[in-house]
Amino acid sequence: MPKNFKANITENILLNEHFRLLNLSPLSDIIVPEPGQFYMLRTGDTYDPLLKRPFSIFRHEDNTLKFLYRIRGKGTLSLSNLKSGDIIDVIGPLGNSYSAPEGDFIAIAGGIGIASLLPLLRRFKKRAYLFYGARNKDELIMLNEARSLSKEIFITTDDGSEGEKGLITDSLSDFLNPSRITHYALPIYACGPTPMLKELSKVVAEYPSSLLPLNKGRMGGVKCYVSLEEHMACGVGACLGCVVKTVSGYKRVCKEGPVFDIEEIVWE
Amino acid sequence: MGIEKPEDRSQKSVTPPNPPLGKGGHGGGNLSVNIASLKLKNPVMTASGTFGYGEEYSEFFDLNRLGAVVVKGLSITPRQGNPTPRIVETPAGMLNAIGLQNIGVRAFIKEKLPFLRQFRTPVIVNFFGDRIDEYIQAAEELSNADGVHAIEMNISCPNKQAGWIVFGTDPKIMEQVVTAVRKTTNLPLIVKLSPNVTDIGLMAKVAENSGADAVSLINTITGMVVDVKRRRPVLANNTGGLSGPAVRPIAVRMVWEVYKAVKIPIIGMGGIMNASDALEFLIAGARAVAVGTANFVNPTATIEIIEGMERFLKEEGLSDINEIIGSLKIGS
Repeated sequence: MPKNFKANITENILLNEHFRLLNLSPLSDIIVPEPGQFYMLRTGDTYDPLLKRPFSIFRHEDNTLKFLYRIRGKGTLSLSNLKSGDIIDVIGPLGNSYSAPEGDFIAIAGGIGIASLLPLLRRFKKRAYLFYGARNKDELIMLNEARSLSKEIFITTDDGSEGEKGLITDSLSDFLNPSRITHYALPIYACGPTPMLKELSKVVAEYPSSLLPLNKGRMGGVKCYVSLEEHMACGVGACLGCVVKTVSGYKRVCKEGPVFDIEEIVWE
Repeated sequence: MGIEKPEDRSQKSVTPPNPPLGKGGHGGGNLSVNIASLKLKNPVMTASGTFGYGEEYSEFFDLNRLGAVVVKGLSITPRQGNPTPRIVETPAGMLNAIGLQNIGVRAFIKEKLPFLRQFRTPVIVNFFGDRIDEYIQAAEELSNADGVHAIEMNISCPNKQAGWIVFGTDPKIMEQVVTAVRKTTNLPLIVKLSPNVTDIGLMAKVAENSGADAVSLINTITGMVVDVKRRRPVLANNTGGLSGPAVRPIAVRMVWEVYKAVKIPIIGMGGIMNASDALEFLIAGARAVAVGTANFVNPTATIEIIEGMERFLKEEGLSDINEIIGSLKIGS
């Protein structure tokens, strides 16, 4: 089945001041996406913006592909102007996916990063300790669904308008504290802004995956997977524009990623 | 130039795996063209650096349909490429500074060429070096590899031995490097011209006189995008190469100038998005075209362009695409 297809926009609506939901009905058979995969969407039919834009799959149900997005630049602005009934060019599903957790797991979402993690939470219901951080209450999009799918939810906002005031990585750090010995070796899945992921890399560095859960008095054994975001031109591995620096050289976010083992990434 | 022209280039025997069918093909007029001794079933190829080593796009269409595959530029030793950000979108285009990241000639021959050999489509390998001897070495090894049908020299990179002057912007340096490579290969030699020069016709003439069998143009145009809040260039490399529809009129003009200056075939490229764009290049004098940035926007752009050319021939009542090559009318 070809990964490039045309889709009919069935809905492109405002959820609130910040977020929009795009529903696409493919005009041909498609490959079923896995949690963590993404699609390249053409955002209009002019040459400006020229390139397709990458979006994580937020939901796939009843042969509809759903994407959650916020207007951040020319591409998303152009996308927001498309109407129900418009036809757009799509490529996907692309990239790798989150590996399936064996038991309970930890999910960390920063802002719209929740869009990429919700398919994982839906597939493994009530197995996630979800850490969800955003700037403020309004930006905690899909909070109700996220709460209902999680085993336990921890919320932080920058302004304290919902949950704890502070960084979500600080909440995680408390949770991973060796005194709460049952949680330390759960796999972690994260998606969010780069500063959050960078901070997360410092938190999990305390619990290196190379150590057994309890080794010479140190905690370890934590596997952490992060979904990265980069500007992309092709999305299929050809242009080498979206690379990220890893311990074994540059890797393509669109092809070897978007999900990487956090220990592989060289944070700059 | 004082450069000997290689003798009788027509004697070189390079046969693509499956010669084109001549007239017919998809039931329309003839689309096949010759670039030196290379016979293409249609004039549409991929532009180097936009098509990897062919694997990525083979998921989207049958590579047998292409006139030729031009692979990502190779150097004798692997290159890790530039730091990020490497790309930024611009109005109707994009700026890239990938930094010639590649796996190296030897790994290409061993790991990637066997895949490409499965197809009945000629493989043109783009290559480059920092020094003349690196060009020579790359050309030699590629010429000995089974499944390479032509080589395309990227001369838009700086010369380490000559104060980092870009090979393709200095006629003397260009003459040296093209002449040296010409002596080492019997494959059709295509020289990819840089548009970052005052007189591209002159540079094409230098390539022709130094033994090139064809020229391809344009490479990307050097540009810069500034982040006004940070007051820094957006790209980590500061500058990058501009491509996409924004550059097309410049590319068409340059093809026309080169067509007037040289007799060797021209491969035209620069912002081709559809068949009509491609036809502009052919009419201006290109024998074939390469599709680059359009692959990113639409993975099947090349195929749609081939089909559009077939339709054009039919609509115009033409039997052969060669009839329109260089058919530009000037004046009354």
